[in-house]
Amino acid sequence: MSAFAATFSDALSLLAHFDHTVLEIVALSLQVSGAAVLLGTLIGLPLGACIAVGRFPGKTTLSVLINGMMGLPSVVVGVVVYLILSRSGPFGALGMLYSPAAMVVAQTLLVVPLMAAITRQVVEDVWARYAEELQVMRFSWWDSVTTLLHDCRHSLVVAVLAGLGRAMSEVGAVMIVGGNIDGATRVMTTAIALETSKGDLALAIALGVVLIVIILALNALAYVLRQWAMRRFG
Amino acid sequence: MPIFPLSIHDLRFAPDGREVLAGVDLELGEEGITLVLGPNGAGKSVLLRTICGLLEPSAGRMAWGGAGGARPQQGVMMVFQRPMMLRMSVLDNVALGLKPLGVAGAERRRRGVEMLERVGLADRAGDSARQLSGGEQQRLALARAWLTKPRLLLLDEPTASLDPSASAAVERIIREIRTDGTRILMVTHNLGQATRLGDDIVFMAGGRVCEHTPVRAFFARPRSEEARLFIQGELPWRMRFQGA
Repeated sequence: MSAFAATFSDALSLLAHFDHTVLEIVALSLQVSGAAVLLGTLIGLPLGACIAVGRFPGKTTLSVLINGMMGLPSVVVGVVVYLILSRSGPFGALGMLYSPAAMVVAQTLLVVPLMAAITRQVVEDVWARYAEELQVMRFSWWDSVTTLLHDCRHSLVVAVLAGLGRAMSEVGAVMIVGGNIDGATRVMTTAIALETSKGDLALAIALGVVLIVIILALNALAYVLRQWAMRRFG
Repeated sequence: MPIFPLSIHDLRFAPDGREVLAGVDLELGEEGITLVLGPNGAGKSVLLRTICGLLEPSAGRMAWGGAGGARPQQGVMMVFQRPMMLRMSVLDNVALGLKPLGVAGAERRRRGVEMLERVGLADRAGDSARQLSGGEQQRLALARAWLTKPRLLLLDEPTASLDPSASAAVERIIREIRTDGTRILMVTHNLGQATRLGDDIVFMAGGRVCEHTPVRAFFARPRSEEARLFIQGELPWRMRFQGA
């Protein structure tokens, strides 16, 4: 058996036997990225909708800024969060550095611009069609935002998924602020990077397979949900 | 806040210097259905949008409820040619109009059900609004506006692209809304509909009101040359050639 096949076989064996290390890393990854996406949804979706509906000076500049921040390098975010949470930083007293909470903060900062930018685009298109009627009905600015977010909810699944994809696949920020500590802050991406550098490719491949399966499953779920919603609500 | 009489004086709307409304004068009393007729580009829809506050006029004034009254915050509604259908049930779409009025959710739904019965959509209450036919969607839009008990209802070609039976259903609801005490100002291109529904006609051409007369008088003895040509079906063509 070739070395590649043997490594792959070992990886599948780890998965088949529900290896404790694999499960622990996957669980922490889901917790950290799930929390970041939840926060990102609570912040990014209303933020994007507010930019879409609002009329204020600097709206175009803010839209361009948010769009530009979609491609924010994760290592830069990692360094910024590190500086903020380090002992000498403004939030150093919280003692969050090298904890899952710090990783959540970093990933939230990464996903908020992405989710806000997608939401702004989706809501802006709908707002262009509905604005007159909502204004005639004397909808307040905030009521318009909530109504449009509700109306676009199926399309905004894309924004949430994009955020989840970004959060789960990034490695730079969580590596810097989490420290990749075994049993504490080691997530799938940092573990894959570490195990590959150590030569333990079986664990790296096993985690890679899990990562890909999760992303594919979520996208499939979103596709099914969207198809159902299109049939149900048009 | 009183709405009628609504007096419009020398109303102008000229975005980018192009006059869409070129000095509209109009008086609306508190009862009846007024049909706004005129060729494409006459400024009919723009007039409705200006009245309900969606467009800010370049010049002129509107006096609501007599001497110099400002536009009321409530009581003026508009239904569009392609009404908004949110991705929610028929009932939720109808009840939506009550949300800005501060009506509680349960009460909104109760009144919504009653209204759906009046417009013949009670059996579709749980369906998605987007699955309704064009005529049903227009009935839903009218119901949504009617539910707020407007004093003035502006209708922008509500039966455009509807088949005759769907149009008839919409016309029946418009009559009921009028009977309920709502003043209606409606744009249409359908001369037959104007004779069936209207109490009086506002005829517009070139951004101005050419005449404002009772329906019978308008069709029997149009006072303006533009109206006479429009009734005969010649005005749009003539204007197009003149424009070219």
